[in-house]
Amino acid sequence: MSDPNDQIVLAHGGGGELTQRLIAERFLPRLGNPLLDPLGDSALLELPPGRLAFTTDSHVVQPIEFPGGDIGRLAVCGTVNDLAVMGAVPRALSLAVILEEGLPLSLLDRVIDSIAAAASEAGVNIVTGDTKVVEHQRGDGLIITTAGVGELRGGVRLDLGRVAPGDAVIVTGRIAEHGLAVMCAREGLGLQTQLRSDVAPVNGLIDRLYAAGVDLKFMRDPTRGGLAGVLADLCQATRMTVCVEERAIPMTGIARHTAELLGLDPLLVANEGKVVVVVPPEDADRALAACREHPLGKHAAVVGHVLEAQPPLVELVTRSGGRRLVQRPYGEELPRIC
Amino acid sequence: MIQPTRSPLAERICRLAERVGEARIMEVCGTHTVSLFRSGVKSLMPAGVRLISGPGCPVCVTSQGYIDAACEIAGRPDVTVCTYGDMVRVPGATGSLERRRAEGGRIVVVYSARDAVRHAREHPDRQVVFLAVGFETTAPASAAAVMEAHAQGLDNFTLLMGHKLVMPALNAILSAGDVPLDGFLLPGHVSVVIGMEPYRPIVERFGKPCVVAGFEAEQLLAAIAHLLEQIADGRPRLENAYGVAVRPEGNPAARACIAEVFEPADTVWRAMGTIPVSGLALRPPYRRFDALKRFGLAIGPDYDPPGCKCGEVIQGKAVPTDCGLFASRCTPATPIGPCMVSSEGTCAAWYKYGHTNA
Repeated sequence: MSDPNDQIVLAHGGGGELTQRLIAERFLPRLGNPLLDPLGDSALLELPPGRLAFTTDSHVVQPIEFPGGDIGRLAVCGTVNDLAVMGAVPRALSLAVILEEGLPLSLLDRVIDSIAAAASEAGVNIVTGDTKVVEHQRGDGLIITTAGVGELRGGVRLDLGRVAPGDAVIVTGRIAEHGLAVMCAREGLGLQTQLRSDVAPVNGLIDRLYAAGVDLKFMRDPTRGGLAGVLADLCQATRMTVCVEERAIPMTGIARHTAELLGLDPLLVANEGKVVVVVPPEDADRALAACREHPLGKHAAVVGHVLEAQPPLVELVTRSGGRRLVQRPYGEELPRIC
Repeated sequence: MIQPTRSPLAERICRLAERVGEARIMEVCGTHTVSLFRSGVKSLMPAGVRLISGPGCPVCVTSQGYIDAACEIAGRPDVTVCTYGDMVRVPGATGSLERRRAEGGRIVVVYSARDAVRHAREHPDRQVVFLAVGFETTAPASAAAVMEAHAQGLDNFTLLMGHKLVMPALNAILSAGDVPLDGFLLPGHVSVVIGMEPYRPIVERFGKPCVVAGFEAEQLLAAIAHLLEQIADGRPRLENAYGVAVRPEGNPAARACIAEVFEPADTVWRAMGTIPVSGLALRPPYRRFDALKRFGLAIGPDYDPPGCKCGEVIQGKAVPTDCGLFASRCTPATPIGPCMVSSEGTCAAWYKYGHTNA
């Protein structure tokens, strides 16, 4: 029997002294800032006039820590990225944590450290938060919900209605690494690879694109549903065909072969540090150059184009020169039987 | 805008197709079906070359009676069902395992039979039933799991036996003779275990060209080119185009594992009925690991969901678009038959990679 002082107990959620100590000793030292420190019922933000972007995201992942990241980094990046792809500059995040009784405090400490590091990387503070504790086996270990507000920058013209035939579709880096890394880390798969999750805040990368004056018509982060899901959204919303070339899609050999081994289509696998961008053809080179200036954009590539062809489809030209459709996945893709 | 560079093998296939005119090739393995679509190889086939999916998707060939038995067991309060993910969404008479799980049933997705044994060991208060489906590829893992459970004296672990053997099904299709076929693209993974010899009757008795194929685009194209050459020459042979993985003698250790725990037995295939010695049953020393025996159950009759043509699709008698339900009432989100559920199912592959409504 382990020492109960080393793990979360129900009393940590009781609102009493243990709750206070949990926050004062574990959260505040790592995440503290002038807005969070008073621990008021709300954080009071001073934001310039103009439009705000506001988003929220809940995170569950098994294992809680995986090569390249953990649930904390995921929770920060997920919300930062959802703001960033709308053209907003992230200004403040909230953090709600549901802890399961029995969660090792050392693990919680590592996750909060990771939240702090990711927030600092993204240049944003956690300004308000909440903790709750649920009974053993009722909480998947650790569940994190983050919300975020961002300031919409001037001159953002993200509008699916502006997407036109000939526009270039750019992916800012190598795909499929998050989903594959997490899957390989899951107990039972018995697969050891060098794959690491790509989980990262992409707001800095998007800043470069705006700074370079690229005419961004559409941006989305290809998380669940992968690249295929975003391309399907693009096709469905514009009623235009999207034709992508398999050879052009940035992907490591390890990712490609791991997906092959598991019977998964890498296009359907989640990413957590990538952006799919649509720009006019004349801006494509400038967009690539801007991406490549940023560490997360080194492998950016034009993967395809928007075409007038009807009916609207997402079509993939494969490595062998064949063609096939790309569709959004139904639910979670699972490794095959044999 | 994108000018694809066609593989030289694709060009060779086109030239061979001109020589043979029409060729109907059955790809036996479900993973091949998916790879042919995913890699675009299917789209490179000239008009005369038709690739026909065979009975090689483990979930698709599983009878409805088996699915119903699995759902029945999963509904029992003290039972945990461990299964490969593909089985979870196959609809049975009273819903799927997914439905059972939503109702509170314990269904655990595992990646290997050994994980199910471990689950049983870690949960001694529950009966753990592993859904043992698949061909000669997954059977060795099931056998190893039984040996492990036997050695550890586990009395809360059983298998619901649904394993199938590839050759008896091909034999049945060829003997029935109602599907015209000119050659076989033989499964890579199964052949790793069984080797080459079991296929010889296809060549010698039925006179059909046979090539064992790998799973990458170039491997598939090479194997199809080999088949077309055999068809063009009129000299059927048994060829191994997947030599990097498949040895002529297969994997004797894996087969010994199967033979230790299982014995050949008659089994029911979806829509194909009972095929003699086409499945595996537990040998007497291991019968206490039989879930049917443990729970006093029997596998009920096989049937097709109304209007569903999965039974014909797995035998190459129909293509998905022949089915009135395909892509209308039956989609990956609302599957009616197993071929739309399984990641290796023919209908799912046609829907995901081939059908033309975005």
